[in-house]
Amino acid sequence: MSFTGVMRPGHAAIRVMDMDESVTYYTERLGLIKTDEDDQGRVYLKAWDELDCFSIVLREADAPGIDYTGYKTYSRADMDDLVKKLEDYGIDIEWIADGELNNCGERARFQTPSGHSFELYADKKQIGDGLGRVNPNPWPEGLKGMQVYRFDHVLLYGPKIIETTKIFTDVLGFDLTERVLSPEGEMNVSFVSCSNKAHDLAFVEYPEPNKLHHVSFMLMTWEEVLRAADLMSMHDISIDIGPTRHGITRGRTIYFFDPSGNRNEVFCGDYTWYPDREPITWTAEELGRAIFYHDRRLNENFLTVVT
Amino acid sequence: MLKKFIIVIEDTGEEFTCTPERNVLKAMEQLGRKGIPVGCRGGGCGVCRVQVVGNGLYRTGKMSREQVPAEDEEKGICLACKLFPEGDLNLKVLGKWQNIFLNGTQLQK
Repeated sequence: MSFTGVMRPGHAAIRVMDMDESVTYYTERLGLIKTDEDDQGRVYLKAWDELDCFSIVLREADAPGIDYTGYKTYSRADMDDLVKKLEDYGIDIEWIADGELNNCGERARFQTPSGHSFELYADKKQIGDGLGRVNPNPWPEGLKGMQVYRFDHVLLYGPKIIETTKIFTDVLGFDLTERVLSPEGEMNVSFVSCSNKAHDLAFVEYPEPNKLHHVSFMLMTWEEVLRAADLMSMHDISIDIGPTRHGITRGRTIYFFDPSGNRNEVFCGDYTWYPDREPITWTAEELGRAIFYHDRRLNENFLTVVT
Repeated sequence: MLKKFIIVIEDTGEEFTCTPERNVLKAMEQLGRKGIPVGCRGGGCGVCRVQVVGNGLYRTGKMSREQVPAEDEEKGICLACKLFPEGDLNLKVLGKWQNIFLNGTQLQK
């Protein structure tokens, strides 16, 4: 077993302005499954191919954005080891009690210089995908909307992303997979992986702290991305850009917005990352192609619209 | 006969019509007009911030308080994607891309 430490992005807590409208969107349109609701009114959702009981938590608030992103470790021992490494690195840990989120164990929360909150946790109740672990069928019937397979990653905007990225690569064992260099040669976009996905998290340098660029969900095929785009027009969902291809990560993608203006992505087809690879570097003059491979030019909306 | 109101963007002189059920940003986009920067279209990002000038009648949907604090709302500031006319409206563009649209300058870093 070579896959330990931080395993995957396990949850994102998203602020929405109208809970009913948002639950309809995340379930009927994206195709997440509502699994729970708590006494604070937060709604818990999972994608069908995830086994843990939630990956998205919605909280009603008067401004959209992201509260925190949680990463699941392989074991409690791994979590404790990583927390100690964070503390040794000089990062303060805030402990969030077992059960503060329904069916989720103790969480270790910390802030990055970019202004974002992250959590490590080891335990979350598994409720499965409805197919079982013995002679399962390949997919469940009755899925809705875009039928996303999993919550895949977030891209966050904030200051000091070089320092922020170092916490993930030097302390938490992530690999830098891709980066963009400014005209001055400084990294201003970073993609990092804790697995063998092309990215489990990404940052873009931006003056305002704690901003959300997008929450991404995985599909398997280009046809499914096209079908997702069709559903967006059927239901008048605000499309940002796509379907198209990224240079960075090679992903085939479409960007759109939830009813509160939080950007979402569905994508398919990035590459397999291995830790013996050199990170990919994109230079400032090729940034247009790096972001949208066909358009080959910078898109103001994509670069500046955040919540 | 469907009620239609005239929306004037004072910055550019752009003029288009909008029904009371349609938000101003969508009316602008659907007529292929320009003048107000388009962002998330969901009241979240603040890119389409405008100010209603004078005594125009309108209602608004839910908007991010980060982008439109209560004191701004009292001054007629709102997000065009959540602005529904109930009379003719004159608007001033306050959104983040104002310079790009008015001066044709590059994206500001």
